[in-house]
Amino acid sequence: MSVTLKVNGKSHTVDVEPSTPLLYILRNDLGLQGPRFGCGLGQCGACTVIINGVATRSCITPASSVKSEITTLEGIANQGKLHPLQQAWIDEQAPQCGFCQNGQIMTAKALLDKNPKPTDAQIREAMNRTLCRCMTYYRIQAAIKRAVKVVAADHAATEQEVVA
Amino acid sequence: MKTLTNTPKPVEAAKRTPTRRDLFKNAGWLVVGFAAAGTSPLTRLANAQSPAAPTGPYPDVDFHQLDSWIVIRPDNSATFYVGKTDCGQGTGTSFRQLMSDELDIAYDKTTCVMGTTDITVDQGGSGGSTAMERDSMPMRRVAAEARRVLLDMGSTQLGVPVDQLAVADGVITVKGDPSKSVTYGQLIGGKRFNVTLTGNNSNATAGKAKIKPLEELKNTGLSPNRYDIPAKVDGSLKWAVDVKLPGMVHARNVKPPVVGAKLVSIDESSVKSLPGFVKVVTKGNYVAVVCEREEQAINAARMLKVNWEKPATSPFPSSENLFKYMRDVPTTSSAKPIVVGDPDTAFPAAAKVIEADYDIPFQGHTAISPAHALADPSNGQMTIYSNDMKSYGMRIGVAAFLGIPKEKVRVVWMEGPQGYGRTAAEDAGCEAAYIANELGRPVRVQWMRNEETAWDTKAPAFAVSMKGGLDAAGNLVALDYNARAADYNHVGYNEADTVLIAQLMGIRRAKPSAGSAATPGEVYAIPHRRMTAHVVSLPVVWETPLRTGNLRDPNGPQSTFASESFIDELAAAAKADPYEFRMKLLTGTTDDDRGFHRARSIAVLKAAADAYGWDRRPSPKARGTGEILTGRGMAYAFRGQTIAGEIVEVEVNRRTGHVWVKRVVCAHDCGLVVNPQSLRHTVECAMLHSISRALYEEVQFDTEKVTSVDWVSHPTLTHADTPASIEVILVNGDPNPKRSDLAPYGAGEASCKPMLAAIANAIFDATGVRLRRIPLRAPRVLAALKSAQV
Repeated sequence: MSVTLKVNGKSHTVDVEPSTPLLYILRNDLGLQGPRFGCGLGQCGACTVIINGVATRSCITPASSVKSEITTLEGIANQGKLHPLQQAWIDEQAPQCGFCQNGQIMTAKALLDKNPKPTDAQIREAMNRTLCRCMTYYRIQAAIKRAVKVVAADHAATEQEVVA
Repeated sequence: MKTLTNTPKPVEAAKRTPTRRDLFKNAGWLVVGFAAAGTSPLTRLANAQSPAAPTGPYPDVDFHQLDSWIVIRPDNSATFYVGKTDCGQGTGTSFRQLMSDELDIAYDKTTCVMGTTDITVDQGGSGGSTAMERDSMPMRRVAAEARRVLLDMGSTQLGVPVDQLAVADGVITVKGDPSKSVTYGQLIGGKRFNVTLTGNNSNATAGKAKIKPLEELKNTGLSPNRYDIPAKVDGSLKWAVDVKLPGMVHARNVKPPVVGAKLVSIDESSVKSLPGFVKVVTKGNYVAVVCEREEQAINAARMLKVNWEKPATSPFPSSENLFKYMRDVPTTSSAKPIVVGDPDTAFPAAAKVIEADYDIPFQGHTAISPAHALADPSNGQMTIYSNDMKSYGMRIGVAAFLGIPKEKVRVVWMEGPQGYGRTAAEDAGCEAAYIANELGRPVRVQWMRNEETAWDTKAPAFAVSMKGGLDAAGNLVALDYNARAADYNHVGYNEADTVLIAQLMGIRRAKPSAGSAATPGEVYAIPHRRMTAHVVSLPVVWETPLRTGNLRDPNGPQSTFASESFIDELAAAAKADPYEFRMKLLTGTTDDDRGFHRARSIAVLKAAADAYGWDRRPSPKARGTGEILTGRGMAYAFRGQTIAGEIVEVEVNRRTGHVWVKRVVCAHDCGLVVNPQSLRHTVECAMLHSISRALYEEVQFDTEKVTSVDWVSHPTLTHADTPASIEVILVNGDPNPKRSDLAPYGAGEASCKPMLAAIANAIFDATGVRLRRIPLRAPRVLAALKSAQV
């Protein structure tokens, strides 16, 4: 049996059982290191990828059910430039061990893609099911707010250029 | 505050892009795959090994050789090889700051390699928050020694005495004639120092040079960004979970469904025809299934039919009955009581005596990723890829478990989920090694979530009884602390006879660990006191998921919850402000031998109160009328020489019982601060870890098995619970704050201690209800509020 997946712009055909959870294919067949196993139950978020704009838990997503492109942590930088969230994560020095941060960043990206200016409450709500056992939540929320500001400032600058 | 902005290219880059170059021969053994750390061709320069005849490819790295610690390249860059691991606090960055200062090389021109047993000297990995306090000292001394040797070489090269030379950023110049210069890289780049150091153990390592006085350190005290973070946010870091080797297979454990069950038989036909099936590996009560692919192993472990025989008796009481059991059962061992004055006479003479019991349940590491390890048995050696914070200990433990010389074993430390103490990473290492040895193939073992939450080592449950006596003026004149910890047969680090696989195979050490129960870390001047610490035992102590092991400040949060909650109870009984009550106890005397703690405890508590804006009044405050009741509470403790004082503001929802820790202030004195930013984040996250332990974490069980098996049955702090404000104040309360030899003290654990009590004290302030049983989940809080008619 084989499954064809489009991941970060490239198509891959993998010879696996169609019910195989997406996570193991991304990690073990495609060699991706962003999504990671944390619970296998869809409870912690360490395995998060984005499909159709939705932060999706790849550990409980059968590979055969995926019909759209998959974006992983490796795929959100733009031509070598880190995504504003990734940069904000560095600027805020958000991680401790860093193991969960894939899920944190990808969940935050799905949020900002839908809602570029979330309130504090919306950030807490959207991020609430993405767990961190080093408890870096405070820094993560600061990093998200920083990224929101940076993106807004970039947009403002771009608009000014257009006007000029 | 100066900041260093350039994040140098981390040496970890080598970890994530293994190439042919990374295959290297080591003492004649081809190491399959790639070496995870320090894989440049110069690695072997730093791999100066003990002269003793090796019995395997991985002799101990010789800490007496300067080349084992520092390599300088022709381009005037340096790599530091240290025997430490990082649990996510950024210790590697701090080591680079200190070592580049002592060596006088630009920080940006340095890299750090950590914790791989055949490449870096054995400094024990991590543990006890000793990274800065103890282990950075030999690093500073060897870097200073390298500087001394290089200046000698520069003197010869430039033809002027050393005292006429200046050095900065790895460039030696003649004073008054900067045109005459030579770089470190020119002097020694790519060559060995061949300098022998002294010292009886790795942490006593020293050369002839002395370390610098603090005034001369340039990078120390700044906050360069952690070098390990970029690769953690762009997906490029190769973690221990990411290593793949040719021919590797995947194993999953099958644990007894009931604690103490005996394996009767395995029906291998239940999995034999499953795709990718390789083997069932079993001995005693240990069972694992091996398959070609990971998801196949997960499935096969679920499908395997095993016939277990239930034990005749229960291994433990249920978690609901735990504390009654702990208080009723005869003690297993007791520390000698610490007695001050004459408490037996003082209590009857006291004007007011109060008593209270505090209960703290078993709590787990419950790392975000379950335990894992990859073992490679090729060519008669054994390599383990692991995130275990004690990689050196794992090497010894695996060698002993397999019965092979330690020189045949190496542990490649790689990043992994936080592991603050003795985690199941150690068990997984031995399991992977055992199965790999059986199969002759590389084997990756990964525990599942239910295994991790149920079977990882636990912080011991505590049942503490407190008694205090006040005189007529409200002075605390007598205090009794009596703790019972369920800690018998505490599992140590990398003990071949206590790792879980050994236990399940029926191995028993003759004399199990006695365990321990802590006494509180405070210096209150109380004329009469007794502190007693007992260990009690559960009915079953082998092959049990309630095995105890070190978890971040192993007994501190438990003992401090009781002692600092009770100080608050006494303050309330004396109708005194909790801050003033504590300060009176701290300033009551100065004539004890712990004055160094005392002055700094006073400084920390004062700094916390000032930053919070503490209003002096007794608790509880007049109760509010709305749905949300707010209150504030404080607690303080020391761990080693580090002092932490914490104040929180909580919101208690009287309708739901939900508690939100809205604001946190921590004053923290750990002596010399190497990297303020990393320190603040470490303290911040340690406090949040304790908020999670205070509000949510409890390992629950019935009389057969642990029932906390995932993030629903074992909740943890989440984004929604995160405080709105966290403030960490770095205090230097040293009586001589500007001294040149101010020492760094451990920072990874002290701030875990006071938080549980600070929260309970704040809930009392808000509601007038005293909660003495952790965790403070909403139903428990609500029940207490209701019974007090709040």
